[in-house]
Amino acid sequence: MSILIGNDTKLAVAGITGREGSFHTLNNRAYGTNVVGGVNPKKAGEDVDGIPVFANWEDTVRESGANTAMIFVPPPFAAASALEAAQAGVELVVIITEGIPAHDELKLYNTVKRDHPGTRVLGPNCPGLLSPGKANVGIIPASFFKPGNVGVVSRSGTLTYQVGNEMAQRGFGNSSIVGIGGDPVPGSSFIDIIALFEADPETELIVMSGEIGGSAEEEAADYIAANVTKPVVGYIAGFTAPEGKTMGHAGAIVSGSAGTAAAKAEALESQGVRVGRTPTQVADIAIEILGG
Amino acid sequence: MDLLEYQGKQLFGRHGLAVSDGQAVTTVDDAVAAANAIGYPVVVKAQVLIGGRGKAGGVKLASDEAEAREHATNILGLDIKGHIVRTLWIEHASDIATEYYASVLLDRSAKKPLVMFSVEGGVDIEEVAENTPEKLIRENVDPLVGLSREQAVDIATRGGADADVIEGVADALVALYTVWIEEDASLAEINPLIVTPDREVKALDAKVTLDDNALFRHPENADLGDSANADPIELKAHEQGVIYVKLDGDIGIMGNGAGLVMSTLDVVKGAGGEPANFLDAGGGSDAAKVTQAIELILSNENVNAVLLNIFGGITRCDEVANGLVAAFAALQPSVPFVVRLDGTNDVEGRRILEEAALPNVYAATTMDGAAAQVVALAKESR
Repeated sequence: MSILIGNDTKLAVAGITGREGSFHTLNNRAYGTNVVGGVNPKKAGEDVDGIPVFANWEDTVRESGANTAMIFVPPPFAAASALEAAQAGVELVVIITEGIPAHDELKLYNTVKRDHPGTRVLGPNCPGLLSPGKANVGIIPASFFKPGNVGVVSRSGTLTYQVGNEMAQRGFGNSSIVGIGGDPVPGSSFIDIIALFEADPETELIVMSGEIGGSAEEEAADYIAANVTKPVVGYIAGFTAPEGKTMGHAGAIVSGSAGTAAAKAEALESQGVRVGRTPTQVADIAIEILGG
Repeated sequence: MDLLEYQGKQLFGRHGLAVSDGQAVTTVDDAVAAANAIGYPVVVKAQVLIGGRGKAGGVKLASDEAEAREHATNILGLDIKGHIVRTLWIEHASDIATEYYASVLLDRSAKKPLVMFSVEGGVDIEEVAENTPEKLIRENVDPLVGLSREQAVDIATRGGADADVIEGVADALVALYTVWIEEDASLAEINPLIVTPDREVKALDAKVTLDDNALFRHPENADLGDSANADPIELKAHEQGVIYVKLDGDIGIMGNGAGLVMSTLDVVKGAGGEPANFLDAGGGSDAAKVTQAIELILSNENVNAVLLNIFGGITRCDEVANGLVAAFAALQPSVPFVVRLDGTNDVEGRRILEEAALPNVYAATTMDGAAAQVVALAKESR
């Protein structure tokens, strides 16, 4: 088992004809993901290396049966494309695009929640997700990961690779690796993904990698204490981040006493979640729990 | 992007929120002319993006031309916690009967806009929230519906606004929400929102933060903010599309991806070092971008050693290596570099570095090892 994507995934991509979009779509297909279509209103009827391009999401879903959408279109149009995919009935919409206005994210989140409760949004500004051995949707370099029993959820892409690699070097594999993104209004939270890992029989340990800003880690800590039976290992980036400076991700900012790494680590530890101070320590703790 | 007070007030005025008449000026003569035109008494206010300007002598009341000249002379050029005053806002002094507080911000937890209102204005609102939370009304708004006038009246009433200004406060809240929506703000705050003796409600201060990601919708706002007081390296990085944050230490840091760079800063600090900067070269950096990034890091004179921590996904390690080789040819840096390359094309990247045999460049195989090594090297070259 894995979560969100696997052998049943039928992926279609908005922005498939762009440089990044086509590169990663073909990468995902080469990994074994079933890529069934792409969206570009100006290039409908054409194809990208055999993948048919449709004019809009409604046509794409009707013609290709896509159940998963990946959004690669530029920031001004990305939220609209994601909403269109939800309207067309896509179950999982993964937004890779970075730099979407926060208000667009806010409206997208609330509209999908109200009008399309059957659709789950992941991202924006996320690396996507990988279920090793089954499917890859996004930009995660899959060669570093193999199938296994550790579920990973993270706000940062490259940090996920770092943590995942530390674990892989010590023999761990992953059920799924999910990037929820570093923006202020993510479509899916730590809680949403942790709940899926809790329900996934293959996942035996959950690693959550957070960072400064917001209170998603604190909320996850409370949720874990009340609802999660599997061991969770935490990591928080940004202990040394200064106040008032956005550290790369639009959502990664300490304002006053809110959003600090220390407060997040404390919230997790007070609920029994062990927190590694470095990515290496995360792997150390995982080994202690699961046995090397 | 954080706006100066007068820039925020101009946005307020554009959306029907009452503010005092005023002018932004950059010279003493213009300040005096503005004060004469507005009519005395006036307030001369330093425009800086830092709190505590009143205590620092940056806000003064002037009742005639001589006082206006004196205050403008003293305040222009004043250094307030590292921010040099280059602009003054001259506005007609307001009589104040009561001070309230109002703000609209993004509630990341509820994933909705949050309107806050309190009759305890003019003081630090975080203290109000902590000590007397019942005096701070917090109301989430459905972003698909907006803030209705009824909801605004309810907020003002529950917050305990004087009965005769409920309507005025509600108008101000609706206007503030409109500013927040229409200008793509992440924060729009008024502290204090004053009631004058003749019962007018108006904004005496303005704290507005705009979403940089939405500036493409607001080209007229692109030049706001206080770029004159921004760090010159940060400004240059912004122009180059690289994310750079200046820090106080002496170890230059470059990585790919915000989370990994934040983590690198922590690990370096954990190893006893002090990072000189945060630099996220971003995904898919090519050799030219890497060269530019290294130039940015080295333009900070405090840097005694540099750590490159790359875990390639989109970013290819061979590109990073080529960029480093090009940067050494162009800049001939005198400080040591520790380079950790993992991920896409890492074998090729390491081979390029080995063959180039750059002086003073050390290859590291792990993040922790790289941090320990760069800290030791920085100490040596101090």
